[in-house]
Amino acid sequence: MDVVFLSRLQFAAATIFHFLFVPLTLGLSIMVAYMETKYVRTKNPLYLSMTKFWGKLFLINFAVGVVTGITLEFQFGTNWSKYSTYVGDIFGSLLAIEATVAFFLESTLIGIWVFGWKKLSAKAHAFVMWLVAIGGSISAVWILIANAWMQHPVGYTIRNGRAELTDFMAVITQKFAILTILHTLSAAYVLSAFFVMSISAWHLLKKSNVEFFSKSFRIGLVMGLLSTVFVVAEGDFHAVDIAKVQPAKLAAMETHWETQAKAPVFLFSWPDEENERNIIEIGRIPGVLSFLAFHDINAPVQGLKEFPKDERPPVAITALAFKIMVGLGFLFLGLMITGWFLRNKLSEKPWFLKIMVISLPLPYIAIEAGWVLAEVGRQPWIVYGLLKTSDAASPIAAGQVLTTLIGFIVLYGLLGIAGFYMIFKNALKGPKDLAH
Amino acid sequence: MLESTWFFLWGLLWAVFFMTDGFDLGIGTIYPFLGKNDEEKRVMINSLGPLWDGNEVWLITAGGVTFAAFPLVYSVMFSALYTPLMLILFALIIRGVSFEFRGLSNKKSWVRIWDTSIFVGSFLPSLLFGVAFANIFMGIPIDENGIMQGNLFSLLNPYGILGGILFVVLFVVHGLLWICIRGFGDLKKRASNLVKKIWIAEVVVIVGFLGASYIYTNLFDNYFKYPALWLILVFAVICLLMIRFYISKEKYFFAWAFSASTIVFCTFFGIAGLFPNLFPSSINPDFSLTAFNASSSPYTLKIMLGIVIVFIPIVIAYQSFAYKLFSTKVDPKDLTY
Repeated sequence: MDVVFLSRLQFAAATIFHFLFVPLTLGLSIMVAYMETKYVRTKNPLYLSMTKFWGKLFLINFAVGVVTGITLEFQFGTNWSKYSTYVGDIFGSLLAIEATVAFFLESTLIGIWVFGWKKLSAKAHAFVMWLVAIGGSISAVWILIANAWMQHPVGYTIRNGRAELTDFMAVITQKFAILTILHTLSAAYVLSAFFVMSISAWHLLKKSNVEFFSKSFRIGLVMGLLSTVFVVAEGDFHAVDIAKVQPAKLAAMETHWETQAKAPVFLFSWPDEENERNIIEIGRIPGVLSFLAFHDINAPVQGLKEFPKDERPPVAITALAFKIMVGLGFLFLGLMITGWFLRNKLSEKPWFLKIMVISLPLPYIAIEAGWVLAEVGRQPWIVYGLLKTSDAASPIAAGQVLTTLIGFIVLYGLLGIAGFYMIFKNALKGPKDLAH
Repeated sequence: MLESTWFFLWGLLWAVFFMTDGFDLGIGTIYPFLGKNDEEKRVMINSLGPLWDGNEVWLITAGGVTFAAFPLVYSVMFSALYTPLMLILFALIIRGVSFEFRGLSNKKSWVRIWDTSIFVGSFLPSLLFGVAFANIFMGIPIDENGIMQGNLFSLLNPYGILGGILFVVLFVVHGLLWICIRGFGDLKKRASNLVKKIWIAEVVVIVGFLGASYIYTNLFDNYFKYPALWLILVFAVICLLMIRFYISKEKYFFAWAFSASTIVFCTFFGIAGLFPNLFPSSINPDFSLTAFNASSSPYTLKIMLGIVIVFIPIVIAYQSFAYKLFSTKVDPKDLTY
């Protein structure tokens, strides 16, 4: 096994794990801030206990998310030093800005929120949680701008053997970045909404703290419905943009080999990358891919054969991740709309509550699939069209990487088990007998 | 000029990281030994509870700014120091979640796991940051391609280890003073007695480190070239003495503030001696990475300077607010962790 392969595995493991916790941080902070604001406005103690209950779950999740983020900031240097040298002028700045303008705010204020209940007025305390929530989302914005630059580099010139920044505004306002930000943030809010709705549904099924969890469910439902409608609609624009700037990724998403007009999509397909064809094609719908990509069923869509073999992404993973993400997205839309119609008679519909409980892992799967699609679909490039992943790794020994990779898997495995165990143990206990 | 400004800011950000996170790393190192019972231990952990997370962001920022302003240093430094840096990061991960997890159950075995994790997660980074920076002061065996000709054990040379001990002692004094500020009763008395003894160790180690630096490194070359730099050492010594003065007066907040300044000046002792090197090669000075051959483009440096000038003062403002809010005695009836 070579350094590039091991480093990719390590980065994938670290990112996928970190991203199990980040989306919930982004959305739940907003809901907790909303609950606390409600408490300040109405003085209804129910909202205070909602703030504390969901806040507790938020904090356990936040702790795992924040510590696993630290390694990511340094892994570009440890494992991808050639990449870092090549793009540091641009990419490094975006990471530094993220820490300075957002991560500081989030991390400092969360300490004030947790320990400041008796030291701040109720209003100031609720305001602090809003700042935490804003800090989190701004942090995500800068990270996604950095990622968007890897997907579609703009505002640079190649000088001194590296990419140098020439237009900062072009980097932070490019369309690809805005679409990525909207898509990822709204997906994170969907996941957070599901989290609140699923746990509430579990308690509603058991008829424990009915008023508490009905109100919680309602808050999740509103956020979930709005975000799901948004993420599905916005995903369409995102696909159109990808058709333009990353045609190889689009072709891989739909296992589309031959350039053709009225390009089809399949309900399910499985590629044979060696022989450049599909082994399985089920449910061919002609014209839909053309329509998705260019909003015109007669538009020709470039097939994978247009690209040299060594410039195609791994087709099977890309396609599978895309199918999972989109399929689940539409399922969520159905669930949210159903939930909206049943919102006043939830207790009479245990079947729906049961579906909501068992659906909890699905948004996690969907959001990770989206991330895999974005990153694997960009291959073999680390910076699209500029630098290949195979040329980006550090000049270190494979043994070093293998050792830390095993370290990551063991440590993150234990952390994941401990983290989720603690989250769900506290979640299932309900609001009455919290640890603190 | 732009490059030199960034060199200074680079050193300053690392110094501020050591100054802020130093006290919570120090408490993590000493509290399992200082606490006589679980309540005392919890008081100590709660004394740093609201602040450690924000402190650690200075590490992220120092790393991020190294990436943004000196990408070549970021690449070479972190890949050459791969193993020690990964050890530091793993330790900090374990430590961070330990604070959160420790209080989630009262079982003795559970608490013991996280107590050990907090100790290792605090002691190891303190030591390794010292080892790493002492080695940078001395020069790292990197070749013309920035590839390190050595391993973790070549970093564990006498001067490197002395640097590690220096950081541990600086941080433990810093942490004990924080316990004197936020602790009470018997715990506070023990902390204030212990800090007097460790202060003596701090003086001995600092003097020893300066002497060793004269023998092992070229740091003093800059001092003979620009005699004004000696002021850094003068300030370091004054701050060091003021710590002891305010301990005697039992004005622990002032003692802590001077301890913070001692850490900053000690870091700057090395940073000033390094200039213009950020990552000197011990094989050949021509392979060294400097503020001038490893920096980003002037355009990027200017943008980042603007960001830092606007946002770092804001960060300092709200972090100062947090420090002020949480510099009172810990309430044993209101323990979060």
